[in-house]
Amino acid sequence: MALPHDSAARPQRATDIGALLRDTRFLQALAQAVFVLLVLLLVRWLIGNLTANLGAQGLDLSFSFMRRTSGFVVGEGIPSNRTDPFYYQYVVGLVNTLRVVGLGLVLATIFGILAGVAMLSPNWLLRSLVQAYVELIRNTPLLVQLFFLYFGIILTLPGLADRITLGPVVLSNRGFFIPRPVPHVGFPAWATVSALALLIGVYTYRRRLQIRVRTGAETRPATWAAALIVGVPLLAWFILPGQPLQLELPELQGLRMSGGLRLTPEFAGILFGLVLYTAAFIADIVRSGILAVTHGQREAALAVGLTSTQTLRLIILPQALRVIIPPMTNQYLNLAKNSSLAIGVAFPDLYSVSQTIFNQSGQAVQMIALMMGTYLIMSLIISAAMNAINARLRIVDR
Amino acid sequence: MARKFRFIFVGVVALSLLLAACQPAEPVVVTQEVVVTQEVQVVTTQQVNVPVSFAMESARLQAVKDRGQLRCGVNSGVPGFGFLDANGQFVGFDADFCRALAAAIFNDPAAVEFRPLTAAERFTTLQTNEIDVLIRNTTWTFGRDVELGTDFGPTTFYDGQGMMVTKASGFTSLDDMGGATICVLAGTTTEQNLADAFAARGLTYETLVFDKSQDTAGAYDQGRCDGLTSDKSQLTGLKTGLTNPGDHAILPEIMSKEPLGPVWAQGDQQWGDLVRWVVYGLIIAEEKGITQANVEEIAAGATGETGRLLGSEGEFGSLLGLDADFMVNVIKAVGNYGEIYDRHLGPEGTNIVRTGSYNDLWTRGGLIYAPPWR
Repeated sequence: MALPHDSAARPQRATDIGALLRDTRFLQALAQAVFVLLVLLLVRWLIGNLTANLGAQGLDLSFSFMRRTSGFVVGEGIPSNRTDPFYYQYVVGLVNTLRVVGLGLVLATIFGILAGVAMLSPNWLLRSLVQAYVELIRNTPLLVQLFFLYFGIILTLPGLADRITLGPVVLSNRGFFIPRPVPHVGFPAWATVSALALLIGVYTYRRRLQIRVRTGAETRPATWAAALIVGVPLLAWFILPGQPLQLELPELQGLRMSGGLRLTPEFAGILFGLVLYTAAFIADIVRSGILAVTHGQREAALAVGLTSTQTLRLIILPQALRVIIPPMTNQYLNLAKNSSLAIGVAFPDLYSVSQTIFNQSGQAVQMIALMMGTYLIMSLIISAAMNAINARLRIVDR
Repeated sequence: MARKFRFIFVGVVALSLLLAACQPAEPVVVTQEVVVTQEVQVVTTQQVNVPVSFAMESARLQAVKDRGQLRCGVNSGVPGFGFLDANGQFVGFDADFCRALAAAIFNDPAAVEFRPLTAAERFTTLQTNEIDVLIRNTTWTFGRDVELGTDFGPTTFYDGQGMMVTKASGFTSLDDMGGATICVLAGTTTEQNLADAFAARGLTYETLVFDKSQDTAGAYDQGRCDGLTSDKSQLTGLKTGLTNPGDHAILPEIMSKEPLGPVWAQGDQQWGDLVRWVVYGLIIAEEKGITQANVEEIAAGATGETGRLLGSEGEFGSLLGLDADFMVNVIKAVGNYGEIYDRHLGPEGTNIVRTGSYNDLWTRGGLIYAPPWR
């Protein structure tokens, strides 16, 4: 290496720069540095533009407005008052969204798996019906389906005055009502016995499972556990003195039904709309996952004498799950994000409440940023959970 | 290597395209500073010019003229105010004020690009300069005026919030409505007034918030709500669209004051003056009996305030950056205030009684009043 002040080194340095400019590694690094710089400049310019434009109209980007009194009431969910601040109403909306997404994920999974298995059923009628459902739902827009379900089906039910009563269930365009179980005099005794039965049931299941694994003898852990967990409370219900639970029936009082459990038309609309839509996609994922398990596996299982139910439960589904989980994550994320269409059917979810807040306060930029952040966190949590499940289910190399 | 450079090149091109795309189409600059320098100039050079040199061209007016079209935010779902008719034309009281502005600027009432907006979108589109003026039954409130960076023009319609119920329900007053479910539009002052009105009466209620007024009315029509609340004028319009309009009644209570008028983004006073005085011009025209039919005849020999209004006296048009006879064009295009009212809200329209209401001319005991044109 030449010294920097050596006059003889100068031409050498020039060729160094030349060599550097021909060095692919250097050029790659340079290109990336330039790209990052440009992106940063773009972001700075966008934010500068935004604050300048807002500043010209006397607006800023602080979130302090969230502490102001909202002045409106959110129609459903945890009780809210017009004197509550904006941030409280935002939480009410968030909880409503979580209710829809949580229930929606569970129901869509159950319904989707059933439909997926049914698509492979040897029964022609069942298979064709499910196929028709999947094609119909997959090929029409979700918002249209929601409108149809809400305005076209749920709201065309009769009003409360001429409500439909199917045994204990009441159907109307003001909501679906079922009786609510309320604790009665015999409840403490019955609940204690049931809780004990549950504990013993779980213990029995584990113990019998252990014995089966160790000795190979058929100990029927599930049957024993089910007998304990269901049978004992049922027996106790009749044997113990005093009625443990009483059913509170919904009754018309003024303009509303009082008593009972209520499913509002809006909640039903968005929940069933999302479940029907997402389940159609899940059904196809499950179908393709099952078909991805090689035929030999099934034949081998049947050959060793497993019944076809056992084959499905013990051989096919565990292997199919590995194929199913990754695309399933996408569907779960879609369901969570599609829940923001709830405003179309007047369900006060996160998006609907946020929209009201940004209208009442005029702080659109902050509200949209907050909303995006919230949906992002929700999606990331779902992704992380699904990735964890995926990691647990993958084939462990030995 | 070549591929690497191509990558960089493509990246830079894509970035510059993005940058270009994000540039606001017409940056609107606050013109206040210009005012000061011009005044100083006039004083120091002792220019005794006609007052025209004081007329500050509005930056937005210039942008509108360059574009050749006025962008006007309107409602698309309220019959009588802003409604998309069978021919795909925006019709209504509010839409005609957009046309009046276009006639004032371009002498062409059709030079308007109507932007149908939801209640929730309207202020954001103003704040982001997507539209030049918002005429979409927007209530003038303290919060909106002071906090949102918007300015409100003269009230063109004095409204109040009401409640529509079915006649079969037997409700005759809000006091009967304890426990009721109310359909309401998202992002309006209505939601808050409703909360206030029920809280004042100590009554409980449930709200059902929809995004579009058509959906609100649809759910009410199907019996999902006991009441539909909105500005009374809108209720009258929405009622005509229900399955059996005769089965519904509007309760007598007025829950709020709802002064409706044009709104624009803060920061361009000259643009505000223009909008304001076109509206006042229409009111003065009604006062003076100048109509679509006789405006040209009257303009020919007009003197006094009529002459100033119609451009035969003074320099009023050029002060706003418009033609001297701009009000003639406006009245020729849409008629005076009363004619606009009758066309859309009168007996042939949604039939909101004007006589004896706040929306009558001040000379007949109403609140529709304009400062003098001089």
